[in-house]
Amino acid sequence: MRLDTILRVVVKIFIPFILMFGLYVQLHGDFGPGGGFQAGVIVAAGIILYAIIYGLRAAQRAVPPGLVEILMPLGVAIYAGVGIAGFVTGRNYLDYSNLMHGDMIHGQHWGVFLVEIGVLVTVASTMLAIFYAFAGRGRE
Amino acid sequence: MEQLINMVLLTLLAAITFGIIRVRNLFAVVVLTGAYSFLMASVMIVLDAVDVAMTEASVGAGISTVLALGALYLTRTEEAEPRYSPLLPGIVAAATGAILVWGTWDLPPFGSADTPMNTHVGADYLARNMAETDIPNVVTAVLASYRGFDTLGETTVVFTAGIGVLMLLKRWRRAARRED
Repeated sequence: MRLDTILRVVVKIFIPFILMFGLYVQLHGDFGPGGGFQAGVIVAAGIILYAIIYGLRAAQRAVPPGLVEILMPLGVAIYAGVGIAGFVTGRNYLDYSNLMHGDMIHGQHWGVFLVEIGVLVTVASTMLAIFYAFAGRGRE
Repeated sequence: MEQLINMVLLTLLAAITFGIIRVRNLFAVVVLTGAYSFLMASVMIVLDAVDVAMTEASVGAGISTVLALGALYLTRTEEAEPRYSPLLPGIVAAATGAILVWGTWDLPPFGSADTPMNTHVGADYLARNMAETDIPNVVTAVLASYRGFDTLGETTVVFTAGIGVLMLLKRWRRAARRED
């Protein structure tokens, strides 16, 4: 598809909106449908679309496979780290109530926000890593 | 009205399922499974489960279709004729389906308020959520806060599955290089 001008132009216009929609789903998950998992899949889909139209090599220049493999465990570490922060602030594991110096609702907001970022990072990078692994096989 | 929409969606789902079974061209099958996922997402919207609908549309119709197409790129696009008679698998599938339908006879009517699901923890979450977390979308509050442990487990499962796929595919690549 390297030479298909219409697809290339349309995709170039679309990808920022897809990534922005992913961020919207992520950050708006407290109020509407969505959350880290859905947002992660949407962000990964945006990059995969780029890889399909512009080629795997261009996508891997934008998002290197090494970075993706670091992000996969990083998301789980963020999630588990927020859990340990619950410990440190004197509550149970993954209890966010004390994260903001005793302000329970504020602490819950921050806890949910950080945990969802962990989910986003792991889901997006895992989807991308699986796609890279599949797409990379055909060339050899 | 809702019943009519459900009827149309379920009829289309059944038609697409028969299409998937009948069609031998795997490219068409991948496209049909994508359409199946979008229809399923519409069913979820009718059921007021927008979070599930969003997941179904993005994972089922988006990522799965792309991965299936990627797999298709590595193989042939025509399904091979089955080497064995499909009689035994057909009987197993029909029996499983019959058991599932039999199981639905014991289910309470859709949306009834006196089921365990709606009287125990569910009602409790709805009553306590705004005072304790102030997150209007109860689904997010339950997923990330009340049931944070479960979601940590799910994230770990996604991570582990990704690692597993990477190990399988990368080992294949190294083995192929050694043969050269």
